[in-house]
Amino acid sequence: MQEILFYFFAFLTLLFGFLVVANPFSRNPVTSAMFLVLTIVSLAGLFVLLHAFFLAAVQILVYAGAVMVLFLFVIMLLDLKAEERLRIKTIVALEGLVAAGALLAIFFWSLSTLQAPLDRGEPPSLEGGATNLGKLLFSQYVLPFEIVSVLLLVAMIGVVLLSKKELK
Amino acid sequence: MIALLWIILFLPLLVAGLITLVTRRDRNLSAGLSIAAVVVGFILSAIFVHFNGWENSGESSATWLAIGSFQVDFGLRFDPLSMAMMLVVTGVASLIHIYSWNYMLEDPGFSRYFACLSLFTFSMLGIVLAGNFIQLFIFWELVGVSSYLLIGFWFERPAAADAGKKAFLTNRLGDFGFLLGILTVWATLGSLNFSALQNAISSNPAAFGGTATLAGLLIFCGAMGKSAQFPLHVWLPDAMEGPTPVSALIHAATMVAAGVYMLCRVMFLLDVPGSQALEVIAWIGGFTALLSAVIAVQQDDIKRILAYSTLSQLGYMVMGVGLHGPAQSMFHLTTHAFFKALLFLGAGSVILALHHEQNIWKMGGLARRMRVTTWTFLAGTLALSGVWPLSGFYSKDSILALAMDRQNLALLGLGLFVAVLTTFYMFRLVFVVFFGADKSETAGHAHESPQGILWPLRILAALSIVGGVIGIEGLYEAQFGNGHVVAALTWERIWQQLWLPFQLAPVPAFCGLGAVLAGFVAAWSLYGNAASDPLPAKLGVVSTWMRNRFYFDELYEATVIRLHDFLAAVAGWIDRWIIGGAVMVTHGATELTGRALRLVQNGNLQTYAFLFALGVAVVLFLALK
Amino acid sequence: MTISLEHYLAVSATLFCLGLLGVLVRRNLLIIYMGLELMLNAANLALVAFSRFNNSPDGQIFVFFIITVAAAEVAVGLALIVALYRKRQTTHVEDLTSMKL
Repeated sequence: MQEILFYFFAFLTLLFGFLVVANPFSRNPVTSAMFLVLTIVSLAGLFVLLHAFFLAAVQILVYAGAVMVLFLFVIMLLDLKAEERLRIKTIVALEGLVAAGALLAIFFWSLSTLQAPLDRGEPPSLEGGATNLGKLLFSQYVLPFEIVSVLLLVAMIGVVLLSKKELK
Repeated sequence: MIALLWIILFLPLLVAGLITLVTRRDRNLSAGLSIAAVVVGFILSAIFVHFNGWENSGESSATWLAIGSFQVDFGLRFDPLSMAMMLVVTGVASLIHIYSWNYMLEDPGFSRYFACLSLFTFSMLGIVLAGNFIQLFIFWELVGVSSYLLIGFWFERPAAADAGKKAFLTNRLGDFGFLLGILTVWATLGSLNFSALQNAISSNPAAFGGTATLAGLLIFCGAMGKSAQFPLHVWLPDAMEGPTPVSALIHAATMVAAGVYMLCRVMFLLDVPGSQALEVIAWIGGFTALLSAVIAVQQDDIKRILAYSTLSQLGYMVMGVGLHGPAQSMFHLTTHAFFKALLFLGAGSVILALHHEQNIWKMGGLARRMRVTTWTFLAGTLALSGVWPLSGFYSKDSILALAMDRQNLALLGLGLFVAVLTTFYMFRLVFVVFFGADKSETAGHAHESPQGILWPLRILAALSIVGGVIGIEGLYEAQFGNGHVVAALTWERIWQQLWLPFQLAPVPAFCGLGAVLAGFVAAWSLYGNAASDPLPAKLGVVSTWMRNRFYFDELYEATVIRLHDFLAAVAGWIDRWIIGGAVMVTHGATELTGRALRLVQNGNLQTYAFLFALGVAVVLFLALK
Repeated sequence: MTISLEHYLAVSATLFCLGLLGVLVRRNLLIIYMGLELMLNAANLALVAFSRFNNSPDGQIFVFFIITVAAAEVAVGLALIVALYRKRQTTHVEDLTSMKL
């Protein structure tokens, strides 16, 4: 059962990821944004398979619910016309394939020529529930937690400043 | 006492500096300073010699350069040779300085002239008093510079500027050989100081080894350049472009004699047993004497005749050195300084009276109008020809006796023949210039020169007349003979000296006098009352060769100069295309690379991202390998 | 076969390269930005996978923070894009060449 679910969600993730980037349906950014949402949801499914329940929820709530909504707001704000169907230049496509392909090749090559095992050999038993994470978050990682809140404040201020009309 | 020598040496330099920097505007002050410097030098020299005595030698020096085991001192050396030479140089220079005041009076470059003369005096004294090879060489070059400045004194005239360049470059050629000789000596013997070298040679004559001949000949190269021996003789006649007092001082009495002086100074290097250098030197000297005497027979410029005469007498001196007779050569050098300076100054007096006319065929009959000049000039001529009892007879005879002594009959014959020619061309000059009819308008209007010109002539004439018997050669014997003591000068000694040659070596003495007679008779018959030169008709094409100085200049131009220009062109091409080419290639490569790399910077964000990702891939690959 | 860590890492790597492809090839700024988000998510997946198979909660804490920071980053980035659009009236990346030397 696990395997089937894994393959299913993995396939969806990759499919929707591909569709974000190389959208054959329309060149409208909104379509790409929608596919991105679907990718995030699939990813949340994968998180659940990895027993990271809290993170799966957070992923959907924050990423799909807030971040992507923000994306869509901005796309609507800019009121973009659909791009003309410009062909992607061959050299550019080649560039992209070379770079991405090289990195991918390196990743798979390093995975296949492993010498030390990546995991500890124990059966996985971590449960990523809210309680466990919360305990850790507020005891060991409380400093980064507080700093992140400051970060969010700073980001907010930055955004407000950047969006002001008279800032030229 | 030694301090006197330092003052004598540096006073003219000080004056030269003062004139150049400070007193240029004031003509009289400049001339006065220059004359005072050299006259004071003469007086101090006399005082020094009087208190030091002739036999004492010594050195005074300060370490100038010390690199590892190589040490060069800057200092002064006094011994009979340098003391005698010092007196000659300062004495003759004083007379010529005084003469110059009148001669150069109207010249706009009056102060510059005296500054250059003082510089020359300093340099010449430096050569005379030098105690090691390096110092000698430095002053050698300085003398060359002064000569260049003075030959090209009227530099607006292209002929003068060219003559100055020619003199300097020809000298440079000789100096190159000289430097190689110095280096050879240093490499073989390890020192450059004259006393040290002399001690090294005398304690171990074989120390020089096989390089003795080579070193000797290379050192002689320097004398070849400076004393204008064949084949570097071409600069001296051209040097007559300078003012006449300069010709008298530098190119008759002192600078050209520096070569001979130097050879005598390092005689101990040249007569090392096993060295062939002296033979070569003797023959080159003899050949130069012959060649220039022949050329002089057909020259028409009064200064050119005297210049070739100087060349001829220098050949005599060099021949004397080659015959192992440095004392005799120095004796002839001294008497030559007297009468040649006299002849040049007399010629200057004539030139001045005839408003700078120098062609002898435009003069004539001057005996009637310029008495003092005439009789002093005649005294000089008689001395030069070697008429008894004037000084020239004794000095020339000493060299001829030397040839006889060394069983070198070839050189003896050559010397006698040159004596014939010498008398011939000198009396040709005297008859044409001073006797006979006036050959031009200006000759008819000539009048005697002022006293400032005549007094040096008188003094030099007196020296030329008595110079042979007052014991000058004794001074040089003190240097070169072993343990010879300079005897006091008394009337008995003078009387003895008068008849000495006939007692010691009668054959050369009488042959010499016979040569003089022959030359005189020939000159009288051809030129006694000549209005134009009868020789070209008699000698034909040989006369043309003699007039054109046997085409040596043209030969050098066609060979040496052309070769030199060609080499320079080749070097220029290499510099431009090969060395410059390397630079150009580097430049081109850099530029092309820059242009190629510039294409990467197109401002496109995605290009940068691509390169970024590629870089990450490479780094990861290298890190994970 | 059992799903092991390597499987999850393979998925993560592929997703990352897809995002990179999007950044390099597409010319609309917003879609490029979405590609960036894909890359972030791929990293998140890898971290969670490591955390699960090594029994260490640190990975999940890390992801927690990453998501937070990503949210802030998206906000600021989009504000920048809006400002840029206002100035240049374009979101075409080839029109933005002021980084050319």
